[in-house]
Amino acid sequence: MNERLTVSASPHVRSHTTTRSIMLDVIIALAPAGIVSVIYYGARALMLIILSVLFSVLFEYLARRIMKRSNTINDLSAVVTGLLIAYNVPPTLPWWIILIGDFIAIVIVKQMFGGIGQNFVNPAITARIVLMTSFPVYMTGFVLPFAGADAVTQATPLAGLKGIPGAESISGALADSAVPKLSDLFLGLHGGSLGEVCALALILGFIYLLVRKVITPVIPACFIGTVAVIMLIAGKGSFSFMLSEILSGGLLLGAFFMATDYTTSPINTKGRAVFGIGCGILTCLIRLFGSLPEGVSFSIILMNILVPHIERLTRTKPFGTLDPKKEAAR
Amino acid sequence: MSNTSGGILRPLARIRGGVEAMHQKAGSDIVTVDMPIPDTVVIPMSQSIGAPCDPLVKPGDHVDVGQKIGDSQRPVSAPVHASVSGTVKSVSEVHLANGMISKAVTIESDGLMTTSEEVRVPVVKSFDDLIHAVRECGLVGLGGAGFPTHAKLSSAFSGTTKVDTLIINAAECEPYICVDNRECIEHPQDILNGIEALQKWCGFEQVIIGVEDNKPKAFDTLKRIAESDDEADDRIKLMALRSHYPQGAEKMMILVTTGRKVPPGKLPSDVGCVVMNVQTVAVLGRYLETGMPLVTRSVTVDGTAVGKTMNVRVPVGTNIQQLIDFCGGFTKTPKKILFGGPMMGIALSYTDAPVCKQNNAILAFADGPEIDTEEKDCIRCGRCAAACPMNLVPAEIERYTKIRNLEGLQAAGVTVCMECGSCAYHCPAKRALVQYMRLGKQLLREGAQKK
Repeated sequence: MNERLTVSASPHVRSHTTTRSIMLDVIIALAPAGIVSVIYYGARALMLIILSVLFSVLFEYLARRIMKRSNTINDLSAVVTGLLIAYNVPPTLPWWIILIGDFIAIVIVKQMFGGIGQNFVNPAITARIVLMTSFPVYMTGFVLPFAGADAVTQATPLAGLKGIPGAESISGALADSAVPKLSDLFLGLHGGSLGEVCALALILGFIYLLVRKVITPVIPACFIGTVAVIMLIAGKGSFSFMLSEILSGGLLLGAFFMATDYTTSPINTKGRAVFGIGCGILTCLIRLFGSLPEGVSFSIILMNILVPHIERLTRTKPFGTLDPKKEAAR
Repeated sequence: MSNTSGGILRPLARIRGGVEAMHQKAGSDIVTVDMPIPDTVVIPMSQSIGAPCDPLVKPGDHVDVGQKIGDSQRPVSAPVHASVSGTVKSVSEVHLANGMISKAVTIESDGLMTTSEEVRVPVVKSFDDLIHAVRECGLVGLGGAGFPTHAKLSSAFSGTTKVDTLIINAAECEPYICVDNRECIEHPQDILNGIEALQKWCGFEQVIIGVEDNKPKAFDTLKRIAESDDEADDRIKLMALRSHYPQGAEKMMILVTTGRKVPPGKLPSDVGCVVMNVQTVAVLGRYLETGMPLVTRSVTVDGTAVGKTMNVRVPVGTNIQQLIDFCGGFTKTPKKILFGGPMMGIALSYTDAPVCKQNNAILAFADGPEIDTEEKDCIRCGRCAAACPMNLVPAEIERYTKIRNLEGLQAAGVTVCMECGSCAYHCPAKRALVQYMRLGKQLLREGAQKK
């Protein structure tokens, strides 16, 4: 026979899901938050998002090229990283700072460790932390939505929430503080980073990811659930304090889109639960007792580092493995 | 029993992961036809797991249909029989479809299909007689595994665990393949005869026939079988399974039908079960009636490159190319030809190979997205782990295989992998995970040999 037949290992049928289709789903899920930020903060937000995406892709291309590796920009993972970096900066950030963030995320954290699937910490989170510690003033230049070009820098709601658990009356302290109303927090009408302000947009994206089965709800549920429980206790049972904590800062963005990063989160369900709970506890510890107002990034990066250990301790047993304790009892 | 509705059993458990809804059963309503007698057949001496047979004939000998032409004294081996009458042309080594080289007897057909004098209705008066009959029939697992049936039965009843349940596997969860489905529709009486003989001599307390819900006609005929048994002692029960690959795998079948889990490294008989493919049972039923051993088998021929989707009853040893030509030949240039189903079948590099006993399908595909898949980097998404019915983490095993970490492979449980392919099916990076699993098992075997 003359025909050339393809010989490969089974299976010979594959699902239609590819790395690219997954990344495209994440981009779609991130879109509402991006659109809201452009509506709220105008052309500056749009410029930061576009710049960040463009330079992430460019850095990915150049890094792979210089390292003589295959071109991977088509898998769209650099676009996702670029979007997440832009979503983690305030709208007033000078444009060149975001390029530094892109470089750190793509070149140092991702490509120098072997590219997609190999980085041991989340690239976008690492970029945010490096920028936060290097340019603290620029990185906290938060303004209110629709404030225009000459806006005055605002404190984030988290800074306002900081002292409240110590107060005599939680509800009184909450009312006296500069913390926005819950409805404003939900819609994002307060100061914050580009992509993190509007809870509604983030929840829409989260639902999309769940429906498309890109992520499972384990990590976000454990992360946010843990924060909710601890904050309810810290706030002496005040639901509005707890909800303010959940809706403020980067918790939703982090829990939905960054803690769920495949590469830097555990592969099995039990491990994911441990990871989510760990993120929640660390976030609360930093928010309640640390000197920083926000703890989501640090909590995720710290848990990222623990992932190999979590996986080792939560390893699943093969089908039918007998429980040694039960065997001994028999 | 509490899990019945209208006499039909409901599954006792669900399998984990796997692949859902990819039936592709175009041949399910196509009546099985007989292949015209081929001019020559090449009958391999190695058609089952275990020891190959030694040829009992030499070139120039005349053989008749059903005459034993190969046998072995080794315990795990099944004899092979002539599938046509005629003259032995040669006894030589041939390439099998799976790339293995085996001794084979080539028979030139005289076109008469004379039945051999050796073909006699077996007399079964005890369990040992049954095992002997099953062996003389040359019966192997026809679902694809090809394990000699007599070895399976005798080992199941030589252990200490009481074997109380016979599971008849009519799940046929692989896409495209329809031969088990057709067997149920076309030969229900043979199935019943086979079951009754097994039940009588092996003393099973219950017989559960498991069939997936994408085979309604097979289900109806099997239901009649189960009901016809009702007056006696009602031991044969039918279970309707939701279609879900790889439910037809032995350990999965035991889980859904009985709720029992076969531990790693153990056999179904260790949890009191024997699983038999429905076609295997039907062949046994026919053998006990007629004495004709396993010399033909049904094969589904399908795929985008084949002229006609057909279910064909083929003499064992028929050339695969001739079978494809009988089904209208190639209408498009084939890019991939499979021996078996798309999930677990073997890709052929040539069609000049014989149909074997365990060969349930020949599929030929023209160009398509499935043909060439480029392997990308693992993104650790965990889809492979979520898809694994055996609760393994294939990505982790791949890593251990690559660095040849035998302790890691052992700890990750690679040996329980049944190579169902669910992990690789779902992998977005299109990694050849099953290949890494096989390699991992191979490394462990080599490591054990060195010690």
